[in-house]
Amino acid sequence: MKNLSFTRISIWIYLAVFFAYLLGPLIIMSATAFNSPSFPRMTPWECLTFEWFSALFQDERILNGIWNSILVGAGTVVLSVAMGLAGALMLTQIWPKLRATYYTIIIAPILIPGVVIGISTLVFWDRINRMLGLGADSFLSNGLFLTVIGQSTFIASYCMLVLVARLQRYDVALTEAALDLGATHAQAFRKVLLPFMRPAIASAAVLAFLASFENYNTTTFTFGEYPTLTIELAQKVRYGITPAISALAFIIVVLTVFAALANEASIRRKELVAMARKKATVEELESGKLRLPGFLSSNSAAVALVVVACATVAVAGTAAVYSPQQCIAEVQEQKRLETEQRIQELRRQRELRRQEQQQQQGETAPQAQPSGNNSGFGGVFNPGNLSGDSSSGEDASPTEEPPAGNNSGFGGVFNPGNLSGGDGGGSDN
Amino acid sequence: MSAGVGVDLENLWIRFGDFVAVRDANVHIKGGDFFSFLGPSGCGKTTILRAVSGFLDPSEGRVLIGGNDMKGIGPNKRPTALIFQNLALFPLMKVWENITFSMEIKGASARERRKRADELLDMIALPGQGDKLPSELSGGQRQRVAIARALCAEPDVLLLDEPLSALDLKLRQHMRTELREIQQRVGITFIYITHDQGEALTMSDSIAVMKAGVIDQIADGKTIYNDPSTAFAASFVGENNVFRGRIKQIMGNEALIETNRSGTLLARISTANQGRMKAGDEAMMFIRPEALALAGEGAAGSNIVSARVNHEEFEGNVFNIFMEGDGGKELKVSIPNVGQSFDDHTGQNITLQYATENAVVVPAGELAAE
Repeated sequence: MKNLSFTRISIWIYLAVFFAYLLGPLIIMSATAFNSPSFPRMTPWECLTFEWFSALFQDERILNGIWNSILVGAGTVVLSVAMGLAGALMLTQIWPKLRATYYTIIIAPILIPGVVIGISTLVFWDRINRMLGLGADSFLSNGLFLTVIGQSTFIASYCMLVLVARLQRYDVALTEAALDLGATHAQAFRKVLLPFMRPAIASAAVLAFLASFENYNTTTFTFGEYPTLTIELAQKVRYGITPAISALAFIIVVLTVFAALANEASIRRKELVAMARKKATVEELESGKLRLPGFLSSNSAAVALVVVACATVAVAGTAAVYSPQQCIAEVQEQKRLETEQRIQELRRQRELRRQEQQQQQGETAPQAQPSGNNSGFGGVFNPGNLSGDSSSGEDASPTEEPPAGNNSGFGGVFNPGNLSGGDGGGSDN
Repeated sequence: MSAGVGVDLENLWIRFGDFVAVRDANVHIKGGDFFSFLGPSGCGKTTILRAVSGFLDPSEGRVLIGGNDMKGIGPNKRPTALIFQNLALFPLMKVWENITFSMEIKGASARERRKRADELLDMIALPGQGDKLPSELSGGQRQRVAIARALCAEPDVLLLDEPLSALDLKLRQHMRTELREIQQRVGITFIYITHDQGEALTMSDSIAVMKAGVIDQIADGKTIYNDPSTAFAASFVGENNVFRGRIKQIMGNEALIETNRSGTLLARISTANQGRMKAGDEAMMFIRPEALALAGEGAAGSNIVSARVNHEEFEGNVFNIFMEGDGGKELKVSIPNVGQSFDDHTGQNITLQYATENAVVVPAGELAAE
């Protein structure tokens, strides 16, 4: 610490850049959830608001998407973990010469693009459906069923990888010992192997759920009447996004951090307890006088967990009583004043120009563009355009009255008449 | 001792592909005996144990437990309990849950199990340790928990697969005595697998010496040590000085051996080979290091060997003299330390003598690898 060498400093800088790269987008997105403008942005900061959270919870499609994602996730977890466990057990049982081949086959779905899996799932089950002579509304063409099946084809492989790693540390003698002591194969599996696999099964389940939750490219072919959250988001983004999505992202980030900390804290606690038990004498264990370490002692994860929990409660509490109306009104008032100023400014400019034109008289110049704003982006990148109410993209063609119409923030992006100016304007959102 | 349940192996063959792990084993193990299979690693002794416990089907022949053919009966239905080489205690269960696993399978209540576990913990001298995890116990304690777990299943036959090999020397010696005591207390048949002849000799009622899938000799420890029937048994169990040669003359139970490098020596033909050897046969003669004694100057006869002392070694209870005879013949002599003074003989020629009944002749055969 005393001797900050060049290498040391560069390592710190590298770490800072690395973490900024990793976490920067998340932090900015989270911050935009609390800013009042209707397009997610951090600067300029206008008003602290929680309205995007209520907007989120009033959005039927998002809520429905979350519910469908959870349903699909639950189905995928059950199916993938079961198939993954079966696959992993098979891998340890199979004839050694076949093992490499079997492994490759089982891992293949991970390497196949999700799009291909999506299409093939759809085609395959459609065929099956027809072969069985079932109608279009049968169980086999149900969106939930197809999505769970489609996702599980490759998520099961992930699960298998996780489970195989744990299974490799399993001593087959344990199963033999159970059999030798009179257990049936089922009992040996349930009482010995399964408890041993439990941590890996939990990891695999979490992994499967997350993989299912975030999956888009397979689901997009199979969702049918059950659009998942990712599908809903993708569809929404096509028509422009609001900070309600940031609010959703923030909730997911907080939940993830919370779960990770809780997991870490419980692992650390177990370690501490095990250590204390190991040190304890027989008498201490017998008498029950052994003092186990408290939940928070030397457990930084637990401390962080409590801090996050407190912060969440504090934010929720603030949200309940805080009303940004005053602030929003002030900001709007300010914006109105700014807009008026600009209108007057522009009027003055136009007046000046007309005078010039009148002086020149010779050529008639139809392009009287005050700001040269003829790109498809409209006035998006013009800071002066960040004005208030989102009444939206009415006619913003640059030749006529640019200041009055173009105040939505999106400029004239969504005006079909603008597409001649520049291409692909909408994709920038 | 109660009668107990015996185990019989009849013409037992076990093959893995082309490899023959056990070749025509015929063993009769008396009920209540402590029976050891002794042999170097890879000789098929663990394979036999797995065939008895039911993890392996014999390729040919039969395994009988208490006179019943065990063919088609799985390990969980046989009246055997196996103690694994690595113990295989269930790592996630507490000690008492481990011990009473066999009761849990049968649906016994937690209270019953706890009671039985406490009894067994008392028996293995680990009272009050039931709530620990196996990983919190020492090696010797884990060993005893494994024994208690096997005994809790109330088997007729307890099978032990080199259970002491992971322990350090002191503990190993202690556990030998303890195992023998437990066996005598519960009175059931123990089948013990080991490559350590010390363990086999100290604990067993009977020992089967195995070599590469073949059982060479079955007898009690004393017989195996003093009256081996094959060259392998003689060289594997304990230390032995070997003299290769040819039988010159048979005189009743004794034979005169024309050894390759030490002249003509007289020895006793081992019991199993009496009447089966004739003059001119290739033979091997074995004399234990402790059966050789220093002879007086100028002694002569057919029980005298002379050699030059190479180096000497003081082992505490014995004094070892390593010698080199004519033609590079190596000899080891152990003289018990009974307080006498030892002169340094290094470099000297010494004459040794032995009692004829302590020199054993067997047909020439493969020796145990050093």
